[in-house]
Amino acid sequence: MEKFTKITGVAAPMPLINIDTDMIIPKLFLKTIKRSGLGVNLFDEMRYDDDRNERPDFVLNKPAYRQTEILVAGDNFGCGSSREHAPWAIKDFGIRCVISTSFADIFFNNCFKNGILPIVMPKEVVDVLLKDAEKGENARMSVDLEAQTVTTSDGEVFRFEVDSFKKHCLLEGLDDIGQTMNKIAAIDVFEAKAKVERPWV
Amino acid sequence: MSPKTLYDKIWDAHVADETDDGTCLLYIDRHLVHEVTSPQAFEGLRMSGRKVRAPDKTIAVPDHNVPTTPDRVNGIENEQSRIQVEALDKNARDFGIHYYPVNDIRQGIVHIVGPEQGWTLPGMTVVCGDSHTATHGAFGSLAHGIGTSEVEHVLATQTLIQKKSKNMKVEITGKLSPGVTAKDITLSVIGHTGTAGGTGYVIEYCGEAIRDLSMEGRMTVCNMAIEGGARAGLIAPDQKTYDYVMGRPHAPKGAQWEAALAWWKTLYSDDDAHWDEVITIAAEDIAPVVTWGTSPEDVLPITANVPAPSDFEGGKVEAVERALDYMDLTPGTPLTEVEIDTVFIGSCTNGRIEDLRAAAGILKGRKIKQGMRAMIVPGSGLVRAQAEEEGLAKIFLDAGFEWRLAGCSMCLAMNPDQLEPGERCAATSNRNFEGRQGRGGRTHLVSPIMAAAAAITGKLTDVREMMNADAGQ
Ligand code: SF4
Repeated sequence: MEKFTKITGVAAPMPLINIDTDMIIPKLFLKTIKRSGLGVNLFDEMRYDDDRNERPDFVLNKPAYRQTEILVAGDNFGCGSSREHAPWAIKDFGIRCVISTSFADIFFNNCFKNGILPIVMPKEVVDVLLKDAEKGENARMSVDLEAQTVTTSDGEVFRFEVDSFKKHCLLEGLDDIGQTMNKIAAIDVFEAKAKVERPWV
Repeated sequence: MSPKTLYDKIWDAHVADETDDGTCLLYIDRHLVHEVTSPQAFEGLRMSGRKVRAPDKTIAVPDHNVPTTPDRVNGIENEQSRIQVEALDKNARDFGIHYYPVNDIRQGIVHIVGPEQGWTLPGMTVVCGDSHTATHGAFGSLAHGIGTSEVEHVLATQTLIQKKSKNMKVEITGKLSPGVTAKDITLSVIGHTGTAGGTGYVIEYCGEAIRDLSMEGRMTVCNMAIEGGARAGLIAPDQKTYDYVMGRPHAPKGAQWEAALAWWKTLYSDDDAHWDEVITIAAEDIAPVVTWGTSPEDVLPITANVPAPSDFEGGKVEAVERALDYMDLTPGTPLTEVEIDTVFIGSCTNGRIEDLRAAAGILKGRKIKQGMRAMIVPGSGLVRAQAEEEGLAKIFLDAGFEWRLAGCSMCLAMNPDQLEPGERCAATSNRNFEGRQGRGGRTHLVSPIMAAAAAITGKLTDVREMMNADAGQ
């Protein structure tokens, strides 16, 4: 997995609440058996009209936001299905960090497995960051995972919380399965015990 | 011993490892797999030379992509869909996991097949690369959706890296009124909490109205726990649960059954257990509901009018403006005046035999409105067979419905069953997101009897009026 340490880049504002995974990547694109190449279809229905032309008013289509690396979004981002195609598409587009007041649980977890950092901030902070993101490409936001801070283009610094285990994995680019494989003895012990206690399982 | 909730008990029985910060390895008893979220996970196993750790606990069935028309026996026409289903065929074979291929009568929606075959049992941990895995919580099993990386993690290690969620109790007191169903309960709860209200929680549903529900109804309730943002929904097992499970192909038998039953009977929340959040709703306050917007929290009783953005606050104002525009609805319009052109009865929310019986009860002796496209898609091949045996299929066909083969179908429209732009559907599924049932399609979520009533009148309809007419009132 790609490491996440510190990024400084363009942040795009998407204040709409309840952006669901069908909006992030419509089911049409779930038929792939690969993980890559989904970036062009990120936010597909909002991004393109019926003739597949870009809608000029959609934020990521605007010249200032084509290099977006940080997304500042409305409440409950990523609700809906478990499709990991959503973070795959986000990552493939080039976005490495999403900031919102809240995330849907499965989406939140899926981000960490793909080198994307989802950050939960209080409403007042998200409002400030939305304002900052509205300034476009000249306003570069920084996210520092080690220090757990987001810095606006004006130098205003906000601290965020992150689960220590997840932080460690992101910083080091560690793969979950590899780590769990190191604990296989504990799983063996549990399995043997469960077989006795609940043999019907 | 300190008092525990049902969730605490199941959790504690499955922790294989715990680190100081509370990160656990949770052992997984059942892993359900479908064709859309698994190919990359199996590919990952191949690339790293890993095996499936517990193939006997891993069950796969194709459901999302499969056509539901009879010609599917000749193969799937859409190339990408076919490739995904063929990949599952191959992965199931190569890794030696249980499999129900497309043309097996036991094939169906993964969340209907699991319980039907007795794979889902009380007290288990159940996962699937699908958010509606919450359905299995109806058995008192801890069941939730996972992403593809986690699918690979479970395949390789039979565990998940997890931290414990908080406990929420949702109690539905008293009795439901006629015409009000499990679907109305679960939608009303989401209307109450909002789609993010359950985030960070596992919900246990309890109370008289929940106890009174059949297992099918309980599955409908738990199915939509995820729509309220919860990690999982649970209902404590009771005699109805045991009766449903007993005799199913993969349920325990003989002495094992007795041993299992003894443990299952300990699976309830202790009286003085700690809840982080409690919500109580009186069953008599729940009416038949419909959704008017593009989020499952956009719920109102059928007797209400389309709301205005100004009825809301904060970020919801803009979301409602957008939703009303997408849904092409005008504030103040009575919901019963909203005309529909499509009806879809099916999905893992409402594609079980009881749902079909309920719909048939309304449709018997009636005809759908002329020009209406109406389809019933049973949740599994076995549900379909049973409905045919009970004479329900004939009622549907006589009424003018299409009678399909099992699959997810128009719940998410990955197969050819889709809405055209601007079409408006009364659906028994679980998501009314923009484009969910087809690009530009508009979805109103309802119960099976509400869907049946809408098919007849061509509008969103208060099914109670039809029921009263039937009763000669
Ligand atoms: S029926 Fe719908 S919600 Fe259920 S598993 Fe299929 S697509 Fe998902």
